[in-house]
Amino acid sequence: MEILVCVKRVPDPAENEIELNSAGNDIEQDDLVYSVNEWDNYAVEEAIQIVDKIGGSVTVASVGDEDAEEVVRREMAMGADKGLLLSDDAFENSDGKGIATILKAAVEKGNYDVIFTGALADDGAAQIGGMLAAMLDWPYASLVNVIEADDSKTIKVGREIEGGNQEMNDIDLPCVLSIQTGINEPRYVGIRGIRKVASVEIPQLGASDLGIDPDTVGAKGAKVKRVDYFMPELGEGAEILEGSTDEIIAELVERLKAKGGIK
Amino acid sequence: MSKELYIYVTHKDGAPDDSASELIAAAGKIDPDASVTAIVAGSGDNVDTVCQTIVASGSTVFKIVNEALAYPNAEIIRKVLVNILPTDAIILISHDTFGMDLGPGLSIKLDAAFVSDVIDFEGAEGDNLKIIRQEFSGQVYTHVLCDISAGAVINIRPGAFKADENLTGKGKVIDKSGDASDLTSGRRFLEVVEAEAGEVDITAEDVLISVGRGIEDEDNMEIIFDLAKVMGGEVSCSRPIVDAKWLEKSRQVGTSGQTVKPKVYLALGISGSFQHLGGLKGAPFVVAVNKNANAPIFQAADVGVVADILDFIPELTEKISEIN
Ligand SMILES: Cc1cc2nc3c(=O)[nH]c(=O)nc-3n(C[C@H](O)[C@H](O)[C@H](O)COP(=O)(O)OP(=O)(O)OC[C@H]3O[C@@H](n4cnc5c(N)ncnc54)[C@H](O)[C@@H]3O)c2cc1C
Ligand SMILES: Nc1ncnc2c1ncn2[C@@H]1O[C@H](COP(=O)(O)O)[C@@H](O)[C@H]1O
Repeated sequence: MEILVCVKRVPDPAENEIELNSAGNDIEQDDLVYSVNEWDNYAVEEAIQIVDKIGGSVTVASVGDEDAEEVVRREMAMGADKGLLLSDDAFENSDGKGIATILKAAVEKGNYDVIFTGALADDGAAQIGGMLAAMLDWPYASLVNVIEADDSKTIKVGREIEGGNQEMNDIDLPCVLSIQTGINEPRYVGIRGIRKVASVEIPQLGASDLGIDPDTVGAKGAKVKRVDYFMPELGEGAEILEGSTDEIIAELVERLKAKGGIK
Repeated sequence: MSKELYIYVTHKDGAPDDSASELIAAAGKIDPDASVTAIVAGSGDNVDTVCQTIVASGSTVFKIVNEALAYPNAEIIRKVLVNILPTDAIILISHDTFGMDLGPGLSIKLDAAFVSDVIDFEGAEGDNLKIIRQEFSGQVYTHVLCDISAGAVINIRPGAFKADENLTGKGKVIDKSGDASDLTSGRRFLEVVEAEAGEVDITAEDVLISVGRGIEDEDNMEIIFDLAKVMGGEVSCSRPIVDAKWLEKSRQVGTSGQTVKPKVYLALGISGSFQHLGGLKGAPFVVAVNKNANAPIFQAADVGVVADILDFIPELTEKISEIN
């Protein structure tokens, strides 16, 4: 099975507290630590496991600037066979449809049976997989947390729906699936793994390589534009307990007792 | 703004989902004067019951009845909507697991703009709708301009818009079943497998000590169980803890886990994403402990402590066991 996994470079939620800058219109960019979008690691792991079982190859592709190469390389260190960096000044500030347009062009240059995306990224949109599928006119399933694949022309997938219930579907190949966390346990990537792929050439494709009209992507093609980041007046929120740790604990214990929290 | 506004109504056992009235409220926020058309698709008599409930709140209803719609397969419903929606329409969909399946692809097929997980609207500038959403799990907010000149698909966050309980009126039901052609799909629904019950039933607990990614390491989980023991409560968690296989799925609180109604809820090292808070009902007394003073959980909590749980929790446990 030929699998393409779309991966995005994002500020690592475990390493950063996302805050506004001093001007109050953008996030504070200094010292941000980046990594692969959490969901995409599950997608790459799943692709590797499927290929290990039934054969084929895994390609990872990312739309981004030069820095996105590091996440492609990291996923290759996990075990993906090939990497693609889709990069061009014309791609900057694309909206979801723009990103999907770029990925679609990359899909059409290959010969894939299945495309994986993560279910969600840092922007919280959960949109790329569904858009890409509709553009390709391939069937789509979102929030997939089980895949049963063999050599046939269909695969069985489970979608995680409300309450953790699972909606089972048969889906024809080729198809696009967005992968939900928890589907597997992504393998650990050590220094040695990274070193092994350190000098692998990662092809970089731009608008003309992909046959994309620059006006249909980037800021020009975007119907949806983020104007700024901000923090609204949030109202009171929680009463924050202050003082020494001992004082805070004494106060908290009283509150918990009063509310029946300590039996 | 003179766009036609539509909402897509999901339903179960003849009753519309709570999100239906929230979508009507969201449509009202886009344009208070617009008449809203609700779309109800399905099979069997239940569809009529749903339509009657919706027309009683004054909306027009497009009804589509077809055997192929017995289970809401987003791939098939997308085709229905492409057939019946006029060009340039704005359609609102709930941003739940069905809406995530439907919305993005629908926008492509309608050649319309798509914005997901919307929490508020702030009017329009010409053909641009001014929208509020969040990024980074609610840590920051954004203003988004969405060009609606060719229509839009907008996914609305569940719970973000307050439903107007007093809506009455007399809408009419228009049967559009005949317009829905080609209801086949490359994805065929098989069955729903219910989540397995676990050893503990967190939905029956009065006191929940809930742990999130802030616990950092499986070895640290011990301090949470120690606290739960001295408090006489049970341990629950956010999703990443289950993904890491540190706790069983039946302990997960949230939209894709359990809905709980405790009296007291401790959120320890949990950021407060809407999917997590979506599982917390019945207005419990919420205590949040988080090292980030700006974590969204402090907006949902009654009392907050800004601290490292790895230091704070053992001390709290010791104090409570002294008292016991
Ligand atoms: C379709 C879908 C369904 C989902 N369903 C659910 C669901 O049912 N339940 C659920 O929980 N999530 C669900 N999620 C995931 C959700 O979006 C969030 O990713 C998740 O809730 C985050 O969990 P968290 O708060 O533990 O982790 P994070 O968001 O990573 O937050 C960790 C917090 O811990 C704090 N912290 C870190 N270290 C420490 C320390 N030492 N001491 C104190 N604080 C510390 C940080 O400041 C941060 O606020 C779902 C997502 C999707 C897409
Ligand atoms: N710039 C990008 N390059 C490659 N894939 C992306 C990019 N942005 C989003 N994706 C894919 O789309 C998924 C969902 O992201 P989103 O729709 O932005 O929430 C991610 O998990 C990735 O698989």
